[in-house]
Amino acid sequence: MKYSSEYRDPQMAAAMLKAISAEVADYAGRMTLMEVCGTHTMSIYQHGIRSLLPEQIRLVSGPGCPVCVTPIGYVDRAVAYARQPEVVIATFGDMIRVPGSSSSLLREKAKGAAVQIVYSPLDAVKLAAKNPDKQVIFLGVGFETTAPTIAGSILEAARLGLVNYAVLCGHKTMPAAMAALTADPHLQVAGYLCPAHVSAVIGAEAYRPLVEAYRVPCVVTGFEPLDMLRGIQLLAQQVVAGLAEVENEYRRIVKPEGNLRALEILQQVFEPCDADWRGIGPIPRSGLQIREEFAAFDAERQLPVAVEEPQEHKGCLCGEILKGKVSPKDCPLFRRGCTPENPVGACMVSSEGTCAAEYKYGC
Amino acid sequence: MCLAVPMQVAEILAGIAVCEVDGVRREASLMMLDDVEVGDYVLIHAGFAIEKIDPVEAEKTLEIFRQVLDAGGGLDP
Repeated sequence: MKYSSEYRDPQMAAAMLKAISAEVADYAGRMTLMEVCGTHTMSIYQHGIRSLLPEQIRLVSGPGCPVCVTPIGYVDRAVAYARQPEVVIATFGDMIRVPGSSSSLLREKAKGAAVQIVYSPLDAVKLAAKNPDKQVIFLGVGFETTAPTIAGSILEAARLGLVNYAVLCGHKTMPAAMAALTADPHLQVAGYLCPAHVSAVIGAEAYRPLVEAYRVPCVVTGFEPLDMLRGIQLLAQQVVAGLAEVENEYRRIVKPEGNLRALEILQQVFEPCDADWRGIGPIPRSGLQIREEFAAFDAERQLPVAVEEPQEHKGCLCGEILKGKVSPKDCPLFRRGCTPENPVGACMVSSEGTCAAEYKYGC
Repeated sequence: MCLAVPMQVAEILAGIAVCEVDGVRREASLMMLDDVEVGDYVLIHAGFAIEKIDPVEAEKTLEIFRQVLDAGGGLDP
């Protein structure tokens, strides 16, 4: 696959690892580098990167899986909608197994609810156009990579004059969450591997305020193993030299200013709001809500529904795991009460969750 | 969730690109990109082309890895 396989060469990876080891050889401490993207989490586990790095470098996973950070109340609301006879829930695949307080979309589907997995939000718009007697609700979950595609679907529904397409909006934005994590005194992040495709939309320069406010190095990094190693190398070089700068390893995709057209679409439909992150809590201005102008497509505004009182599962350490404070093996439920077949916490549900990745690839 | 796949544009029809990778063809909206031409490589996420791939920058990044390899790294024999 062009623009993928070239960045997986084992010879070059071995050379990069040697170079990284040499560069940190005289570094006395241990630096914690955090990635905040589920696809990075997967890449680290898939390629065994953690075990290949010198001991001076510790890699931790942050809140990079959008499904994992979606609050339980959101899942409960989706479940409540799914129980309405006229509603069709359209969603990306990883949301349907997330446990809510007392049910999940998968369980509702088994009981007869209309829950449909789609590849693109545009497929959900097509579903609405084909079924005018049904109310299609798309579960708008995801960071800045995905949010413009949902905004695009709302614009498309508006263009088609659809009145039966709505979005349950749970989008989150990344730099605000990274700032909140960096401000946590218990979490000593020495540098961030910044998400590849979130950055394709928001641009590498979006991390400059974070770098300037907290003096924490940020390197936009691609997902292929060589990209990962290069991102780690650039971060380690900055940490060793005591620098804090924005660097961009993924220049073949990410521009300093991002994708201005995608940002325009995002801002046309959404505006910033405070948001609750599952396991972490509220973070100011870290979410997106649908603007008044597009209120007709906002499920929460248009379709009132009774939602059960949210109840988190006891003993689950997803919150601490999402903050990179503990690893899945520290959780008493991991591999015991909580497995990919029967997940308790969100980090085990999504294939990109830290617990699911540890379960699949860890030893 | 932010996974995206690099694909080559095979056809463009009314704002929709038919893209191809390893024999798989898929439609993607060009709502987020201007100036896409047949033959370009684009990154596809959730049915949208979200960015064009810059071949010059792609090559520059590979060149960095080649230099590290030439400097004496690589797998032990």
